[in-house]
Amino acid sequence: MRVPLKWLSEYVDLTIGPKELAERLTMAGVEVAEVITAAGEWDGITVGHVVDVSPHPNADRLVLATVDLGGEQQTVVCGAPNVAAGQKVPFARTGARLIDGRTGEHTVLRPAVIRGVESAGMVCSEKELGLSEYHEGIMVLADDAPVGVPIASFLGDPVFDLEPTPNRPDLLSIIGVAHEVAALTAAPVRDPSSEYSAARKPIKGRVQVQIDDPDLCPRYVAALIDNISVEESPAWMQERLMAAGLRPINNVVDITNYVMLELGQPLHAFDLTRVGGRKIIVRRAHAGETLILLDGAEQKLSADMLVIADAEAPVALAGVMGGLNSEINLNTTTVLLESANFHGPNIRRTAGALKARTDASNRFEKGLSPHLPPIAAQRAVKLMVEMCGGKAADGIIDVYPGKRKDIRVTVTQRRLHALLGMELPVARVRQVLSSLGFSCRWVPPDRFVVRVPYWRTDVSIADDVVEEVARIIGYDELPTTRLRGALPPAQPQPRRDLRTRVADILAGAGMQEVITYSLTSLGALRKVVAPEDLSVDAPLRIANPMSQEQEYARTSLRASLLRTLADNVRRRDEFTALFETARVYLPRPGDLPDEVETVAAVITGRAPGRWGEPEGEPAGFYEAKSYLDMLLGRLGVSAEYAETADYALLPGRAAAVSVDDRRIGLAGQVHPRVASQFDLEAPVAMFELDLDALLPHVAGPRRYQPAAPYPAVEEDIAVIVNRDMPGARVQSIIQAAPLVRSARLFDVYSGPQVPPGKKSLAFSISYQAADHTLTDEEVRRQQERILTRLRGEVGAELRG
Amino acid sequence: MAATPDPAPLMPSDNESLTQIESQARSELDAVDDDDALERWRVSYLGRRGRLTLVLRGLTSLPLEERKSVGAQANRLKRELEAELQEKKARLGQSATEALIAERIDVTLPGPPLRAGRLHPTTQTLRDMLDCFVSMGFQVVEGPEIEWDHYNFEALRIPKDHPARDMWDTLWIDAQEESDRPMLLRTHTSPMQIRIMEQAQPPIRVVVPGKCYRYEATDPTHEWMMTQVEGLAVDEGISMADLKGTLADFAHRIFGPDRKVRFRCDYFPFVEPGMELRIDCFLCGGEGCRTCSRSGWIEILGAGMVHPEILESVGYDSERYTGFAFGMGVERIAMLRHGIDDIRLFYSNDLRFLDQF
Repeated sequence: MRVPLKWLSEYVDLTIGPKELAERLTMAGVEVAEVITAAGEWDGITVGHVVDVSPHPNADRLVLATVDLGGEQQTVVCGAPNVAAGQKVPFARTGARLIDGRTGEHTVLRPAVIRGVESAGMVCSEKELGLSEYHEGIMVLADDAPVGVPIASFLGDPVFDLEPTPNRPDLLSIIGVAHEVAALTAAPVRDPSSEYSAARKPIKGRVQVQIDDPDLCPRYVAALIDNISVEESPAWMQERLMAAGLRPINNVVDITNYVMLELGQPLHAFDLTRVGGRKIIVRRAHAGETLILLDGAEQKLSADMLVIADAEAPVALAGVMGGLNSEINLNTTTVLLESANFHGPNIRRTAGALKARTDASNRFEKGLSPHLPPIAAQRAVKLMVEMCGGKAADGIIDVYPGKRKDIRVTVTQRRLHALLGMELPVARVRQVLSSLGFSCRWVPPDRFVVRVPYWRTDVSIADDVVEEVARIIGYDELPTTRLRGALPPAQPQPRRDLRTRVADILAGAGMQEVITYSLTSLGALRKVVAPEDLSVDAPLRIANPMSQEQEYARTSLRASLLRTLADNVRRRDEFTALFETARVYLPRPGDLPDEVETVAAVITGRAPGRWGEPEGEPAGFYEAKSYLDMLLGRLGVSAEYAETADYALLPGRAAAVSVDDRRIGLAGQVHPRVASQFDLEAPVAMFELDLDALLPHVAGPRRYQPAAPYPAVEEDIAVIVNRDMPGARVQSIIQAAPLVRSARLFDVYSGPQVPPGKKSLAFSISYQAADHTLTDEEVRRQQERILTRLRGEVGAELRG
Repeated sequence: MAATPDPAPLMPSDNESLTQIESQARSELDAVDDDDALERWRVSYLGRRGRLTLVLRGLTSLPLEERKSVGAQANRLKRELEAELQEKKARLGQSATEALIAERIDVTLPGPPLRAGRLHPTTQTLRDMLDCFVSMGFQVVEGPEIEWDHYNFEALRIPKDHPARDMWDTLWIDAQEESDRPMLLRTHTSPMQIRIMEQAQPPIRVVVPGKCYRYEATDPTHEWMMTQVEGLAVDEGISMADLKGTLADFAHRIFGPDRKVRFRCDYFPFVEPGMELRIDCFLCGGEGCRTCSRSGWIEILGAGMVHPEILESVGYDSERYTGFAFGMGVERIAMLRHGIDDIRLFYSNDLRFLDQF
């Protein structure tokens, strides 16, 4: 909503500058997004007083004008025929920004010597200020122009670009803003006049109004103006409309727009001769009805849309836009003026469905007061009488089935205090409320009875009134205190805690956290998830996606991570390890999806050596496992890995991660087929864990184990097993044996010294007893037993 | 590599060999010139199966007289050798240290690179914010990102066809079948206000972090996915003054004690009165610049007193209990803290950006 301040000042005196006023309005909840002013072009131009004019020594057609700028005087060379002592003029200093009188281009005024006399600036024409094309003489300002002030503050008409909140349709009117200004600056509001004398016979009998659907139209006011001549509006009205951002059309339409801007009530003017049967019927559209709107679009109407119809067909889409069939034209002589109240949500739905949001629908949808229609109708009739040569029919038709009572609200001192945290004197509360147009009665001992002004449709309960008081006093004036009182019992948040720990551990281990979008494309999911899995957990689709890239709620983090990895690897060829903790969304019939807390990681490249250069083998399966082992180890989870098959992973390099036989995740090397779809050339390793599944297995605080005081004995053992025997199985057998403190795999070998199809696994075993120093004999016997078990369970042979 | 059995204990007549052990030990020790050799020497004479150890271990099998004299000699020798061992160790250590000193390295060279991992700047800022509220007694709770229209809008006094819905452009979930319960990507963390109050009684003091989504074209200040922190406190006697105090403490903790904080009236359907918190623009110091749209102030968050109809709708007595709620964007706060001028940097995950935090 654009509010030209000159227009605003018609209803309330503006006693403070535009900038300060904008600030006060904003603080009070009426946001002024911008103060638009022409002053940007007027930097360095002030009001001057011509104190002397004398002839130029070297030129007949030039004079020297001495201008007082309020405490300093400047003499300039001037060629204008109309300059005279005593005038108030716009004076530009060197450096001022103005428009070149000859070329019409923006320019900066430079110091000049004209015919041998130095000129310290310039007295400006209207053209040079960008006000008009007039350049035949200098612009003469009003006698009361204050000398020395920037002319922007004297001449410019700043416009407030207001962004009212959706609860305040009253602020979509200049008069509504005037009420705010009045309250904030203690100035009275002047209501515009609606007085006119009716010249013709009564309206009654000449036109009929019938409301078929009062639930959608609580009030319909109609007025008739005869003898209209449709022409251009006077300049002042055109200027105001343009300053407010509307295009002038003709005097009748301009008046409806002008009153809408002034009072906030949208109006519509019909050509009476084009309203069939001289009858207005407000009704829901019939199924299949169509209407060509003023913008030329033919709209198919549905039965939940409200129309204004004549005896035969719709002539307007109620509250949204008029129909072409009843439009005012140059031949119109009798105007049927509509000023009605419509049901906000219905108007909003209609405008939204037809993609026809208008200035009118924007106001109606926010819920206008049903008090407004007659006031606005009379104001418009007055203007049509004055501006269009109109003769007003006597009276108005006012059908008002949805009559509403004034709203009265009781506000106790206790409530005021409870919400604001401070006491306010009765007089202060009354003063604030009455400055906003509320009537406020103090009912001793403890309450106010407040009548809400009709235009404030947003105020209906005590707390609304409290806000009115607080915002006008200023929130900054309220006290500032800290919370006190009892705290609720602490609730554990294990899920969140686990996510935090996982992120800390992985970042601590050298991985970079990323956060990627939760929505993805079906194509991206198809690259990394097997078709059968996609059909079991069919991802939720967005009904109104912004793009194909963001059409589905992801069921896997893989694609987002691989893409992020590829984007970065393209820019830098370094070891890169990324992880993300986020939710995936698995649909559940008839319910919100299961949002599974997940961590996933991708790793690629060669680790840096001593000097940071990539060294050694590219990261593969085992790097993924290193991170995973560290993560799970730190969480006190002992997991098992088993070879598995996965759509996105390379066969033979994919492991299922399980705890207590429950699968919690996956680690592996990304299948080159998948990697290449993301333009990843080098091997990529990844893992993913379902944190919700992991959570129950995360160990609590660890039990302290005292270090055994007796020395450990280290012995090495190498065994030969079949090549496909999982090393973890051999290790777990060793580890499970009595007296074994730990077993560490230190070599895996298959080659000439090992039979074909076999491999050698070498372990370093540490034996230790808790209660005595082990003898060599004990260690030897234990090692024998281990070998026997390995032979029996995994067919191992001692390597000779 | 089975353990080797112990050699037979020394015989009493082996008194000669004690002298032999002594002379061999001394001459070998003389020849030792590094720590490894010294350790080998120690193991061969004084170790668990060292020659002198075995002599001592064999004493029990000797007649009493011999046991006494051999024992005394062996123990003397053990003490002497141990002392010489320590002395040698010290000497070797000293010369190794001298060698290190003599070597001198270039102390300006870099250490081998460690791989630094970092948390995403959103995570870092979010944690600082939550820490701040936790220290004020708020508990951290989370909720679903895909939400019912009911919790996201209806229960927050934003019914269908309400003009305030324009404040939250929404991504809707495509309903497979016709449903009167529309599902959406939550546009704010405020639905958790309702979910929390439905399940608990006052006093309530929670903060809710989480991702939110809007149907929004992206530009330097708009992103369709963002992280919010919601706050809710409900109890007897909570006022706007408490809200102001809580938020001012927060702003000063996150942005520094010198920031000016202002509160202005604002509108959200689920609070009354509503407010917005602003801090003075630290880029221009309040003079007005592009970042603050020439106002000198930067909007940080929206807040207000929980609307009494909402308290009643969850079964609270709104005469007895009052409360406040607030909500803010984590990315925006991170942008202000770090001077980031484009919100799209957060989720494009360019390591050249992420590496900086």
